[in-house]
Amino acid sequence: MIRGACTAGASWLTPLADILAVEAEKAPKGKPAKSLILLWLGGAASQLDTFDPHPTTKIGGGVKGIDTAIKGVQFAAGLEQTASVMGDATLIRSMVSKEGDHERAFYYLKTGHRTDPTLIHPSVGAVICHELPEARLEIPTHVSILPNQWPARGGYFGAQFDAFQMLDPIGSIPDVKARVSDERMQKRMESLGVVEKAFATGRLPNFDPQKTLHQLSIERARKMMTSEQLKAFDVSQATAAQRNAYGDTPFGRGCLAAVRLIQTGVRCVEVTLNGWDTHANNLEGQASQVRILDAALASLIRDLKRYHLLESTVVVCGGEFGRTPKINKLGGRDHWPTGFSMLVAGGGFAKGRVVGATDPEGVKKDPQSPVLVEDLHATILDLFGIDFSKELITPVGRPMALSKGEVVEELLARRSV
Amino acid sequence: MDSSSPTSPALTWLRNAAVVTALAIIGGLAAWVWLQKPAPDQPPNVAIDVSGIVMRVNAAFEADWASKGIPAPTRADDLTILRRLSLALTGSIPSLEDIREVQAMQGDNVPERWLTRLLADRRTSDYLAERLARVYVGTENGPFLIYRRRRLVEWLSDSLLQNRPYDRIVRELIESKGVWTTNPAVNFITVTNESQKGPDEKKLAAKVSRAFLGVRIDCVECHDGKLGSPWKQSDFHQLAAYFGQTKFDFTGLRDDPKQHYQMRYLGETEPAVISAKVPWKPECMPDQGPPRSRLADWVTAKENKTFARTLVNRFWALLFNKPLIIPVDDLPLDGPFPPGMELLAEDFIAHDFNLHRLIRVITATRVFEASSVTDHPGAEAQWAAFPVTRLRPEQMAGSVIQAASLCSIGAEAPVIFRIKRDIDVRNFVKRYGDKGEDDFDNAGSTIPQRLLLMNGNMVTDHVKGNPLLSACTRIGMLSPDNRAAVESAYLAVFTRKPSAEESAHFEERLASAKSMSSRSIAMSDLYWTLMNATEFSWNH
Repeated sequence: MIRGACTAGASWLTPLADILAVEAEKAPKGKPAKSLILLWLGGAASQLDTFDPHPTTKIGGGVKGIDTAIKGVQFAAGLEQTASVMGDATLIRSMVSKEGDHERAFYYLKTGHRTDPTLIHPSVGAVICHELPEARLEIPTHVSILPNQWPARGGYFGAQFDAFQMLDPIGSIPDVKARVSDERMQKRMESLGVVEKAFATGRLPNFDPQKTLHQLSIERARKMMTSEQLKAFDVSQATAAQRNAYGDTPFGRGCLAAVRLIQTGVRCVEVTLNGWDTHANNLEGQASQVRILDAALASLIRDLKRYHLLESTVVVCGGEFGRTPKINKLGGRDHWPTGFSMLVAGGGFAKGRVVGATDPEGVKKDPQSPVLVEDLHATILDLFGIDFSKELITPVGRPMALSKGEVVEELLARRSV
Repeated sequence: MDSSSPTSPALTWLRNAAVVTALAIIGGLAAWVWLQKPAPDQPPNVAIDVSGIVMRVNAAFEADWASKGIPAPTRADDLTILRRLSLALTGSIPSLEDIREVQAMQGDNVPERWLTRLLADRRTSDYLAERLARVYVGTENGPFLIYRRRRLVEWLSDSLLQNRPYDRIVRELIESKGVWTTNPAVNFITVTNESQKGPDEKKLAAKVSRAFLGVRIDCVECHDGKLGSPWKQSDFHQLAAYFGQTKFDFTGLRDDPKQHYQMRYLGETEPAVISAKVPWKPECMPDQGPPRSRLADWVTAKENKTFARTLVNRFWALLFNKPLIIPVDDLPLDGPFPPGMELLAEDFIAHDFNLHRLIRVITATRVFEASSVTDHPGAEAQWAAFPVTRLRPEQMAGSVIQAASLCSIGAEAPVIFRIKRDIDVRNFVKRYGDKGEDDFDNAGSTIPQRLLLMNGNMVTDHVKGNPLLSACTRIGMLSPDNRAAVESAYLAVFTRKPSAEESAHFEERLASAKSMSSRSIAMSDLYWTLMNATEFSWNH
């Protein structure tokens, strides 16, 4: 009965996913989160044209407001479906970054640290995969769907924690099918063993696991090639109704794949929707991306809830910064790293809450109740039960805390407001 | 006849004048074209004695290893050094044809003699030009109409082949004027015109400081430096101001003395005109001249040593796939410097920024010739073992294609091979993970890369049985015996001979293949195995 309920609409589930689904439904409330889904609005979505519109003011820029499931809170028109699921999510309207350049800002948002020439920090997904390994998984535990130039990286944890990158999940993973028979492949692998032995002669014993990761990657790739769990990547196996619910766009399919991967036991998935960098024609540019985002984001939250995964899955949606209240001569909005919006849901985040506010006239730069990027990271890691203040020795010999931020209690379900 | 006589002197004069004028124009044009040809200031392809500087660099590293208690490295064999040279200079492993030629060379100094060949090879200048172009202008095609990346790469390739002094190359990049099609160096500046507002002074200042001076001064674009950084916001914008007069019009790129660079500093309410000023060594800056020419003088001044160090670090990185100072474009102005850096920079300056000489010096050092095999955990970090690094995507693609052909594939190969190669390279490189930068991040293998090598079209197509085109099939057919077939395959893919154990293993596999088709399959599997090994995907 339990199993039937939790796997409704997901008849493709693999044995591990079945086990996880049952565990998810039985899990008591308040347990640490297990999975993370990051939806990146690459190029920087405009808070004024998405989650923080000021339609009746000078800075509104022609946007129309719609009511949401949270009383008195409006979204930009076009986000009707997301507005309806806000009872399960929290909106931060006061994100504050210190970077206004896309690359540096993405680094900051993804790692919780600003760039440092001496080392590369791991993305938050890599930190979680590093701290919470999942041995039963045969497919990568960290996945980046439709990545832009800056996919999630393992940083100083090593490339084995880099996100596995994939494009539109409409078909199977490229090159995942062997081109020869099992018997012939077996012979090839035996020969490879002979060749690898020769190359390893005289070298350090940890040469492969700590340096090249070559044989480790081959081993993982081969495990994946024959795994039933591969089905999670391929949304062409989902029903047309499911795909349509997400909008059946590459991003929508990416979000559907993210849910399927989380069901299968994948620890962290990021999905990227680019096209928000509207230095010209902001209103139309943002509206066209909002249409893609709305169905996908709302369906993702609905499905996680339906499969009893929302309690154990943290969802974060936002761009690398926001966009200026002032509209430029080309009808565009430029970069704005203070007072931008992020939507968070699941995994212990509060429900139906709004944190922070921006000046409706766009005059005051600093928002109320600012949430710093590093504080958001500390809060996410805390939800996973990870001691983020723990210092690790990085390869350059420098001790480094996983996050230098502090937990923002206001964002959490355990804190009543 | 008479009727024509009154006018014939005039006509004759006119005709002669026209001919003389035409000849003068043609002659002038010819002279102009001849003068435009860059004169090769340094002999491009002559083996030169670099033993003195090589000994000094070796001594510096040896002293460093001794002080750290790290054993000095053993020398790698000639074929391994040949593989390193080919990968660094041509972007692919050597062909079986190349290897046979090297094996036939008599006497000592085989790598040095091979290097002489490579430095005169268009494959080398093309590949190095592409790598440098990534540093100077990136990989994108850039602003439409006013940017021709291909022309810039061709010009760089010509310059490298002719061994033009590096300071002259950089000078042209900074101060060139005119049209981007006929004056290729101009593209260094036109690529920054992304917003159609003219050259982007800030991008140019960042590029000049990082690419030529090894300083990341662009970090202070928005505010003064923090965490002990010596730079102020004004240092960056005063450097950018040297490009403040540069503009585009119908004559191409030019400088307009009436135009100025303006900027609003942090904390100020209004933008102000920024005066051009260099952040260090002002004594190297000439008093007179157009701003970009003065900047070029200062950047390339012999006293401005960071210019030479930055190039030494870049070429060291190109040759080892790992910079001497990490990151490659962030060097301390006043040290401390690792062993070898000051000696190499001083030699580079003393020999008028001779790039071919620098390549000869670096590749003749004990460090470049060191074996990568070590069981000492600290050896590689201290350059007491050749660093084992992952091949770049284009090196992987080039090597798969080269290994699958018995002859050298390069500029002189039939056009069909070049087109095919370019398409293959483009597809493969994208999938293997090209970041579009000339980076040296030293990452490990990834699952998508292994899937691509194991099951992707490129390796599958290049190792399948084909008696006309496939190297593995031809080796299987033409070799006198199984041992020779295995050895040729190893040379073609690994640039080395097999060990006794490896040879025995594959000989047995070939011996068990009784038919032509099963032998072709066994050869195909041998090639597949070698191409999927660590040894193939890594520089060592």
